[in-house]
Amino acid sequence: MDQELVSDLYRKMLLIRRFEEEAARLYTERKIGGFLHLYIGQEAVAVGALSVLESRDQVMTAYRCHGHYLASGGSPKAGMAELLGKDTGCARGRGGSMHFYDPEKNFLGGWGIVGAQVPVAAGVAFAQKYNNEDSVTLCFMGDGAINIGSFHEGLSLAALWDLPVIYLIENNHYAMGTPLHKTFPTEDLSIRALGYPMARDSVDGHDIFAVRSSVHAAVQRAREKRLPTLIEVNTYRYRGHSMADPAKYRTKEDVEQVKARDSIKVLGEKMISLGMDSIKSQIEQDIEAEIAEAVKFAEESPFPDPETATNYAYINNELY
Amino acid sequence: MQTGQELQSDVKEEKAMREIPIRDALREAMSEEMRHDPSVFLMGEEVGSYNGAYKCSRGMLDEFGPKRVIDTPIAENGFAGIGVGAAMMGLRPIIEFMTFNFSLVAIDQILNTAAKAHLMSAGQLSVPAVFRGAGGAAYQLGAQHANSFEHFYAYTPGLKVVCPATPYDMKGLLKTSIRDDNPVVFFESELTYSLKGPVPEEEYTIPLGVADIKKEGSDVTLITWSKNVFMTLNAAEKLEKEGISAEVVDLRTLRPLDKEAIFKSVSKTNRVVVVQEQHPVASFGAFISHLITTEIFDELDAPVGLVSSLDVPMPYSKALETVVLPSEDKIIEEVKKVLYK
Repeated sequence: MDQELVSDLYRKMLLIRRFEEEAARLYTERKIGGFLHLYIGQEAVAVGALSVLESRDQVMTAYRCHGHYLASGGSPKAGMAELLGKDTGCARGRGGSMHFYDPEKNFLGGWGIVGAQVPVAAGVAFAQKYNNEDSVTLCFMGDGAINIGSFHEGLSLAALWDLPVIYLIENNHYAMGTPLHKTFPTEDLSIRALGYPMARDSVDGHDIFAVRSSVHAAVQRAREKRLPTLIEVNTYRYRGHSMADPAKYRTKEDVEQVKARDSIKVLGEKMISLGMDSIKSQIEQDIEAEIAEAVKFAEESPFPDPETATNYAYINNELY
Repeated sequence: MQTGQELQSDVKEEKAMREIPIRDALREAMSEEMRHDPSVFLMGEEVGSYNGAYKCSRGMLDEFGPKRVIDTPIAENGFAGIGVGAAMMGLRPIIEFMTFNFSLVAIDQILNTAAKAHLMSAGQLSVPAVFRGAGGAAYQLGAQHANSFEHFYAYTPGLKVVCPATPYDMKGLLKTSIRDDNPVVFFESELTYSLKGPVPEEEYTIPLGVADIKKEGSDVTLITWSKNVFMTLNAAEKLEKEGISAEVVDLRTLRPLDKEAIFKSVSKTNRVVVVQEQHPVASFGAFISHLITTEIFDELDAPVGLVSSLDVPMPYSKALETVVLPSEDKIIEEVKKVLYK
């Protein structure tokens, strides 16, 4: 096993986990406003999937976006500052938790209307194909997105026009508080692909290497054959839908059972079995320092100047 | 529908002019921009093989091929979203809605994605897309196909909204809209695609946000946009015969809005009637009235008049549709009201 790869995956997953834990703390201290949807438990999905992309590929997701932003290489400092509504944030305090962006790292955000990013990602892939690039687009969504019209229209057009896009459903089994069995008649969400049609796969999201290999195959299909894929990744969020949700629709035992297979814990154990103890503890120390630095940076950063409240409505801050 | 020959106050120089219908003016605008810029493409229902539901893209598939003139399934949310995503990557899509009645199933992509991407990303993303198509009532299309929705879009910061009337304005403003780096919503009309007017042979553009005085006058200002410019001009002509001199201000764009042109004209005439096809409640005309009464109240000799469609979904029968829509008679009546005649 490639030790450098294992270290990198472990580092990124832990970075997300610790970023989210600090965000939760800052939210309870009321330093973060609005909705805060945490990615804790799902880290292997974003980190695994993004680890097989090239730097020219594009990524888009829904509102639970911190993990994808960090896995894309987004700065934890700018991310934490965004949560605190600071001018140094990754969207200068204009986006908030649901709207992280870093186009320089090819992370196209953080979108808040369920399913709306699905056709938009098809448009990004359309542009890649139009420009004869061999890049691809990876679009994440939750299981709650698979019944809305924009999901169907986006997949339909992606298949019709052979667009180089990979749609990845992060099935965490609850659309807010509604369990999947109330909204979908079978357990395999990837069957949604059949009608368009496009290639499909269903994979265990706790196994980061399974995620990698499934997404890798889809990326090859998109890059070489210009064909889309729908992948369902089975995962779980340990926290509620957002910080406002106590998640009383499931038991503590349910959550503990999943936590036993926690992807960070499992990968950490693998590192020890590979004799990577010192690398592992060095990563853990580094992440602690990086997160502490991010929080400090965010807290010490200035808020946006109130004079700039109407900036960015239009290009060049024009007003009409 | 009158021909609009004498309506071109912009076109004062002796340039080589032809009389062409609006559909051809729009096609020329799109084709010229596509020749200049390989990132411009046209996407929508029937735009390719069928040459456009209203023949606005006649011949474009032959010239530009299926890569750039793209027929879509009936999936407005899907292809509007594709336009938004492609625009984020630097392409310049022209997304055609057969009519804006169907834009409602795509409105989330326009209002919530296209209009807000720039703000939410603090300027890191932009969406240089044009959404165009027919808006407003035509002949007896019934309630679901006769909507004037420009205020939904004009309400939304982040969008530009263009509502031209004449072939000359259609062409010049569409070219500017395609070149604009913001998302632009561009309204046409089924009733005027065949309407002819003078358009120069050579290329030209018209800046957004500049109203055009389609007729000068001194007694009352008539403010309007889109195809109602023609009805308003006819009403102004009739008023002229009664000794009332009406100035007709064609806004041409609702965002940016040429407030100065409105204030200048109203300050001259001291009386104003806004003519719109919208329903009266929460309409764009109501906003213009608010602007005038808050910004230049002292210039007014009478309350702002407003001619709108009646407050009812459009009924089918000709006998009823005629009554619901604005008319020359309604404009004349409202003008006399603000003149206390």
